[in-house]
Amino acid sequence: MITPMEFLMWTKGPLFQLALTIFALGLLARLVEIFVLGRAHNYAVPRGSAVVGGLRTLYKRFHTDPGTFKSAPFDVVVGIIWHTGFIIALLLFIPHVELIKSTFGIAWPALPNPVVDAITAITLLGLLAALAHRLLHPVKKFLSTPGDYVIWAVTFLPLLTGYLAYHRVINPYPLALGLHILTVEVFLIVLPFTKLTHIFTVWLARYYNGATFGRKGVQS
Amino acid sequence: MASSHHQPTDGRPAPPRQPDAQPSLGEILRRNGVSRRGFLKFCAATASMMALPPSMAPAIAKTLETARRPSVIWLSFQECTGCTESLTRSFAPTVENLILDTISLDYHHTLQAAAGEAAEQAREAAMQANMGEYLVVVDGSLPGPGANPGYSTIAGVSNYDMLMDTVKGAAAVVAVGTCAAFGGLPKADPNPSGAVAVQDLVKDKPVINVSGCPPVPMVITGVLAQFLTFGKLPELDQYNRPRAFFGQAIHDRCYRRPFYDKGLFAESFDDEGAKKGWCLYRLGCKGPMTYNACATMKWNGGTSWPVEAGAPCLGCSEPDFWDAGGFYKALSVPPGKPGDTLLAAGAAGAAVGLAAGVMGRRKVKAAAKAHRTVTADELEQKL
Ligand code: SF4
Ligand code: SF4
Repeated sequence: MITPMEFLMWTKGPLFQLALTIFALGLLARLVEIFVLGRAHNYAVPRGSAVVGGLRTLYKRFHTDPGTFKSAPFDVVVGIIWHTGFIIALLLFIPHVELIKSTFGIAWPALPNPVVDAITAITLLGLLAALAHRLLHPVKKFLSTPGDYVIWAVTFLPLLTGYLAYHRVINPYPLALGLHILTVEVFLIVLPFTKLTHIFTVWLARYYNGATFGRKGVQS
Repeated sequence: MASSHHQPTDGRPAPPRQPDAQPSLGEILRRNGVSRRGFLKFCAATASMMALPPSMAPAIAKTLETARRPSVIWLSFQECTGCTESLTRSFAPTVENLILDTISLDYHHTLQAAAGEAAEQAREAAMQANMGEYLVVVDGSLPGPGANPGYSTIAGVSNYDMLMDTVKGAAAVVAVGTCAAFGGLPKADPNPSGAVAVQDLVKDKPVINVSGCPPVPMVITGVLAQFLTFGKLPELDQYNRPRAFFGQAIHDRCYRRPFYDKGLFAESFDDEGAKKGWCLYRLGCKGPMTYNACATMKWNGGTSWPVEAGAPCLGCSEPDFWDAGGFYKALSVPPGKPGDTLLAAGAAGAAVGLAAGVMGRRKVKAAAKAHRTVTADELEQKL
């Protein structure tokens, strides 16, 4: 039988390497393909700068469109809350910064633990609310595929296991930490092949959108 | 209980042991000049260790005073003697030391004068005289039943046979130190001697694990005192460790914790942060996953403890701590070179993407080439 420590070392060691490999291979393959394919050539005379338009939209999409807010205030508010919380927990938790430092060689200041703890709790609630809304809202429910629920779980579990490990709810600790790392590895592995790719492609999409409009001289 | 065998001396003048006039602990302590006050202080500490209210201290004192000396057989297998050192050299005589002196250590390989056959006879005599009542203390791991027993023998008897034979008549087994409790260093990868822990072998007797490399001396004596006082085994955690001592993580009782929470770390052993006493997480501290009493009971009679001395916790009271990655690598840092993996896989991925993209473009070009233009007239004719 495998001991909790063996489990932890397995998730930290070979499995982490495997997850990183699949993640980097899949993601780079997809991104580079998108770049190489490029955009269809536009023969029309440009009326504005594509680059400026692209960059402007890249930024401007952070502002919520009033129409969208009016028609789906819940999605906008809860969406912003849990996306922000997720990014903070991922990038500003001390042990995570330490991991990033060891992987990429770069580090930045982290937030105090109690702050990350509170933000994680809010994020978990936000994700639960998003799931409840998806299940209760007739249109959303109709539009949801099984894959949407799977991706919800893949996103929710790393946060949940991290929260439980931090609060020592699961024992022994190597098991708790190993479970957390395992759920993150699942996230990494499915990321390039599911809608989670949007974490990276959203920026391309925004830029291309803006560039197209910018070239046409449209204020977007 | 009465025994007439010759008690092996532990090198110190032991009180003569008469079968029918066995002194109680209280008598022995008084004889050794322990004041009532000092004794009560110890009882209060024991009470708090056991998470009992201080009002229980007099009751503990009363029981301890009248307690008879239980027979203890101490077996040393694949060990480094660090645990015995920790226990015997911890401090100038304390109440704990005395209590330990007064337990009847009927057999302790390292401490007894007798050796070889004579020592083994002493062990057998002690077993016989105290059948069903004696405590077996083990330090060190031992080659498992499937391993070559030749890795560790005593007087020609394999550790495995000696353990199984000795625990037959025991009331309980106390595995002292991480080797006995979880296999420790001998069991570390690749475990050449096929070492196992006591609890892997002893299934029909209660096993109490007092882990640590070595364990805090007060924890060893505390567990024995608890057994003496209440005659029953302490409440144990999922690793069979007494909850009173192993119930809390080092990290949760560490006085450097406020620095951890604020994100203030020593980055090396002699930088400003280290001098200011900041958290040692980045230097590899395993406090967050380690359950032990160091942070509360400290070492050397309460003088200090590793983290206070500036050394990160190694996690020595946890199973497989030798194989838990580098001692000086932060807990969240994986072994190996994840950065290189990421780069290599990323490069391979980029190559795949490039190939896919080029193929896609070719397809588009080929389609454009194959495209035949039609005029409106041609279309109309077809219709
Ligand atoms: S020094 Fe170790 S035990 Fe103390 S707060 Fe830092 S990580 Fe935790
Ligand atoms: S501080 Fe950690 S490594 Fe050091 S003795 Fe205590 S539990 Fe063991």
